[in-house]
Amino acid sequence: MRRYEDRKNVQAKAYYSDRFYKAPHIPRLDFKEDEVFANDVESIGSKFEIKKAYIECEQLVVYIKPQDIVGVMRHLKERLNYNFLSELSAIDWLAKSGEFEIFYQMLSTKKRKRMRVKYFIKEKDAIPSVMEVYKSADWAEREMYDMFGIKILNHHYMKRLLMPDDWHGYPLRKTYPLHGDEEAQWYEIDRIFGKEFRDVIGPEQRDSAKIVKTDTHNFSRIGHEVPFGAPYSEKPTQNDYQEEEGIPIVRKLSKKDSKILKERP
Amino acid sequence: MQKVNRLRPFYENLVFEREDNRMIVNFGPQHPSAHGQLRLILELDGELVTKAIPDIGYLHRGLEKMAENMIYNEFITATDRMDYIASTSNNYGFALAVEKLLDIEVPRRAKVIRMMLLELSRITSHLFWLATHALDVGAMTVFLYAFREREYAMDLFEEYCGARLTHSAIRIGGVPLDLPKGWLEGLEKFIENMPQNIADYEGLLDQNRIWKMRLEEVGIITPQMAQDWGCSGPMLRGSGVAWDIRKEEPYELYDEVEFDVPVTDECDSYGRYKLHMQEMRESLKILKQLIPMYKDTPPEIMAHAPKYISAPKEQIMTQNYSLMQHFVLVTQGMRPPIGEVYVATESPKGELGFYINSQGDPYPYRLKLRAPSFWHTSILQELLVGTYLADVVTIIGNANIVFGEIDR
Amino acid sequence: MAQHKINYLSEGGLPIALTTVDKLVQWGRSNSLWPLTYGLACCAIEMMATGASRYDFDRFGTIFRASPRQSDVLIIAGTLTKKHAQFLRRLYDQMTEPKWVISMGSCANTGGMFNTYATVQGADRIIPVDIYLPGCAPRPETLQYALMLLQKQIRKESASRKLKPKRLV
Repeated sequence: MRRYEDRKNVQAKAYYSDRFYKAPHIPRLDFKEDEVFANDVESIGSKFEIKKAYIECEQLVVYIKPQDIVGVMRHLKERLNYNFLSELSAIDWLAKSGEFEIFYQMLSTKKRKRMRVKYFIKEKDAIPSVMEVYKSADWAEREMYDMFGIKILNHHYMKRLLMPDDWHGYPLRKTYPLHGDEEAQWYEIDRIFGKEFRDVIGPEQRDSAKIVKTDTHNFSRIGHEVPFGAPYSEKPTQNDYQEEEGIPIVRKLSKKDSKILKERP
Repeated sequence: MQKVNRLRPFYENLVFEREDNRMIVNFGPQHPSAHGQLRLILELDGELVTKAIPDIGYLHRGLEKMAENMIYNEFITATDRMDYIASTSNNYGFALAVEKLLDIEVPRRAKVIRMMLLELSRITSHLFWLATHALDVGAMTVFLYAFREREYAMDLFEEYCGARLTHSAIRIGGVPLDLPKGWLEGLEKFIENMPQNIADYEGLLDQNRIWKMRLEEVGIITPQMAQDWGCSGPMLRGSGVAWDIRKEEPYELYDEVEFDVPVTDECDSYGRYKLHMQEMRESLKILKQLIPMYKDTPPEIMAHAPKYISAPKEQIMTQNYSLMQHFVLVTQGMRPPIGEVYVATESPKGELGFYINSQGDPYPYRLKLRAPSFWHTSILQELLVGTYLADVVTIIGNANIVFGEIDR
Repeated sequence: MAQHKINYLSEGGLPIALTTVDKLVQWGRSNSLWPLTYGLACCAIEMMATGASRYDFDRFGTIFRASPRQSDVLIIAGTLTKKHAQFLRRLYDQMTEPKWVISMGSCANTGGMFNTYATVQGADRIIPVDIYLPGCAPRPETLQYALMLLQKQIRKESASRKLKPKRLV
């Protein structure tokens, strides 16, 4: 019988976990403990619905409804002085609840505060672009689309950013294996030489610890080099960069003549 | 004989018969002054750029995916390859984020050593920026001079951690080694010589007519633009916004040392060049203050947190429990508490942020790297429009972008 | 009047050197290897350091060229990603014969530490490589050594070298 593998989340897992170990949480403070954040939450809450708000690691986290995002962003920028959108990305919770969590990391240089706006969307949902408020969202949104396949509405250039246009799959999803799917593994061979050369070139060598001494196609032993593909031999080879008899016109190197400096000038 | 491959001429973006007489030029992805693998698709009207589409991702290696499949300590070496000109600042950003997650306090000596390495890497990074930028604009001498001094800083790094480029000199919870004997003297010598060298570069460039003509009034980033596009570091301070994370949200011992944050209102490339030179001087100032601070610190260099961090080597070798705990931490990795954290540090390029979402496993559930260069590259699509083709190289060089961290 | 007398035969100073065309041509080629400025990632910084003040690559007759048409050596300095792979092949095809390839650093050799979906696991899947240079990133001295080994290898070859059957198409 084939061993059961969790296809929905192929991330590396700890091979051993204590049954009785329960990971603690980082303490979450009430947002009212910080005066500035309390004001911010109140101000956002007066116009939009806030699902949850708390302070974690000195930063405010606010959960809102997905359709409010552009309004909230505009409010943050115009009323609350959050003048930087420093980061924007998603977290994949598809295996757990079928949702993506989107977060917007904000910075206010005037108040010296950082906060995070978050919301959940379903897998196939599209989200509105906040580029009209913060231009910096442009590439971050494209990257999100590239990595997670989250579609952005009203974006002016919705193309893949980091991966090539004809790439298959969304790499940062938990279903995507670290070494890539079959399409990814043959990507460069297919594009450059064509599918028929897959056999000629062979599969990728993914085991970084693999060494075969007698395989002179893929390995070369230091001090025992042989021409490519020639049979393996134990005979040591000379590895000086000048030939024994010297090179015409160029002076023969002799170790005696070289100067060794005690310290660097 | 080699057979011809399937690659066909690449006219993806080229339209030959256009009515408006505009030309489309493909710049990169392998261009000597693209600072890596930037590809720009430029639409030209004569020599004026009317549209610029930067294309990145040619160095995307999947660092974020790697992070999800690595234990925390393993990932430190991978952060080296992000901003490979100043690797220590990446190591540090990651280590600080994890420390915040674990809520541990780093010993004072480790803090001092970290700051020394950070400021030294800031200097190397700025020197490298100056060298390549000057080379792009046509000043070969500065390239050779700046690389000469950079090598001395590299020597110091090498003496400390053994590597020239990829240091991994910072661990979660402290630093792996104390400073070797004679290192401080080397540093002192470096600090002593550096101001004269900076003056030399300025002597070559400041009043240089070509340099001035090519940098002044080129690549103007208004304060509003810098904020909209999420600029940080010298790109932001060059536009008159005084925001340095070292000063505003001090980490380590930056609140104990005295230094200024150079800011300029000029908004152009020349202003940013002066800013970089000034920042090097400030870094030297910090380094100078750190030497006496180092001398009166207790000798601990790793934090004491048995749940997360291995005991010192000596203890591991002599005590059974420490050995067991070290074994578990190395094979299984530490398990931080559940929660998420975003920590920003001031890397030489700007705001380097690490967002970590931990679910209590030895592997982070999600790790997002906020690399400053990524945002500085995205601004190119607005910044390049309306400039001349020759200025494109100046602007790219001046933005100090590094592709390891853009594409990650 | 002083007489200028040299006994060429006894002092070994005969102003004639006997050699073969092969040796002469390859000697010239080996001492004017022009690499392409093909910096991809971290190793490119070490490649630049090699070309800069302290390590001074120029003394080997090695001058970096920005055009594939003018260069003889391709130093693949850095991680080769799948998106970039086709450009490596294009640049290699644009270089004129004879040409040599040094794969610099672990990433170009085998993919190195980046065992992920986006990296090519070894540049030799795309183009034939002559010298593999280990290290991450290799020190400038290592690159110099690799270049000197390449020079030696070139001196051994015949001037009209036939393309060896290499693994790649």
